[in-house]
Amino acid sequence: MKKRIVILGGGTGGTLTANRLRRRFDSDELQVDVVDRDDRHVYQPGLLFVPFGLADPDEIVRPRHRQLRSGIGFHEAEIDAVELGAEHVRLADGHVLGYDALVVATGARLLPEETEGLTGPGWLERVFTFYDLDGAVALRAALDRFEGGRLVVNIADMPIKCPVAPIEFAFLADWFLRERGVRERTELVLSTPLDACFTKPVASKHLTYLLEEKQIELVTDFAAGEVDGVGGKLVSYDGREVPFDLLVTVPLHGGAAYVGRSPGLGDALDFIPADPHTLQAHAAPNVFTLGDATDLPSSKAGSVTHFEGELLDANIRCFLAGEELESTFDGHANCFVETGFHKALLIDFNYDTEPVPGRFPTALGPLPLLRESRLNHLGKLMFQWFYWHALLPGRDIPGVSPQMPTAGKQLDAITT
Amino acid sequence: MTTALIADTTVDVDAEGFLVDAYQWNEQIADELAHDNGVDELTPRHWLVVRFMRDRWLETGNAPSIRALGKESGVPVKELYELFPKGPAKLAAKIGGIPKPRGCI
Repeated sequence: MKKRIVILGGGTGGTLTANRLRRRFDSDELQVDVVDRDDRHVYQPGLLFVPFGLADPDEIVRPRHRQLRSGIGFHEAEIDAVELGAEHVRLADGHVLGYDALVVATGARLLPEETEGLTGPGWLERVFTFYDLDGAVALRAALDRFEGGRLVVNIADMPIKCPVAPIEFAFLADWFLRERGVRERTELVLSTPLDACFTKPVASKHLTYLLEEKQIELVTDFAAGEVDGVGGKLVSYDGREVPFDLLVTVPLHGGAAYVGRSPGLGDALDFIPADPHTLQAHAAPNVFTLGDATDLPSSKAGSVTHFEGELLDANIRCFLAGEELESTFDGHANCFVETGFHKALLIDFNYDTEPVPGRFPTALGPLPLLRESRLNHLGKLMFQWFYWHALLPGRDIPGVSPQMPTAGKQLDAITT
Repeated sequence: MTTALIADTTVDVDAEGFLVDAYQWNEQIADELAHDNGVDELTPRHWLVVRFMRDRWLETGNAPSIRALGKESGVPVKELYELFPKGPAKLAAKIGGIPKPRGCI
């Protein structure tokens, strides 16, 4: 009998999972439907470049439905709720989609209004975020007219998408302001709730060295409780203050709003608790999840979603066939980190192994790990092509496996 | 890993003083750890948070983040910082005898 798969979210994870399933199964075996609230697929790594004029909005947005293979249904609608017991999804337009298996791929949602004062006076005037397209565009205008002062980059709290992006933003701001001749008149500050600039010790040490080299002040253990957009200061929960002239904030993140309206599906922050290796949700055996939507201890990053996606369709096949789930995800993440001046470094890690120096093998030759190079910058730029033409269609990227390779890594750099 | 004598009990601790084995913990150990880390007295509000953290960890193997703690324990984030200065989740975990919450990635 024909089975039905409903995929919530037409972003990276939802699109590539839909395409892989469509290729794996004939149309008379499986119906695949994707639901999203809009038809705008944003290449999110491009958001970092928009404020600096290095990418234009229309270069990084394409229609969602055009990224789906033929034979996949696309529903543009808000999701009202998932009813686990009834095994269906209620859409806000009144449609009800029944499923044999559900994939939750609705990513993370920005919650700036959860930080006191953040969206109050000063929001989009001297307080910005580059984590969505409108914010990134508004910030571009603000950076163009910035004439010096204190530019503060702040992470409200973890988890956030792409934990290296705020550091990259600070690096690129250093480069951008030097090019514009106002760097001497600018104090550049990165404030974070973490006890270091990044979550992983060895990479953190390398990145801290780069921050020092670029004279970017690092404020750690700073949990932003309140933003005063008029007075120009961030106030932490324990009463410390960081003054700013221009604030670039990474707001609190949560899962999609409908998760909170779907009893049993998500956690307190509306993320989806799931098995870290099989991606089966704790909510029910026929619910799977990937990407930023999960509560897993992996990075919320496109590379993670991609590696998860390469394994998930096999597990869904096992589930539909009544077999034991076979594929095991190891938490693999692979991220280029822009450092400005046309260079980048590369980090590659998983649940168990933190990023270390060394070399990362690819089909095009080895790329240096945790070291700045022009090659890595080119890799980052080239990736957008792979994203639209290989990753989303669900093709494997040659030479890059979903499991983290250990070859080339200096694993003795880990001291603990 | 080393051992430490806390409240007349020998326990295994990591480099930062977190208990390695949550089952070696007792309330006297909590009192002494609190005192050593700048919390003079554990009030009922402190205990509410410590027990919530500990129960959640024993149940799921994960300690909640500060935000989840603020949403679920009934103690708002601002008050958490008043009760456990600097890092509420870290400090409450230490006092509750569970491992240091892993930083989100």
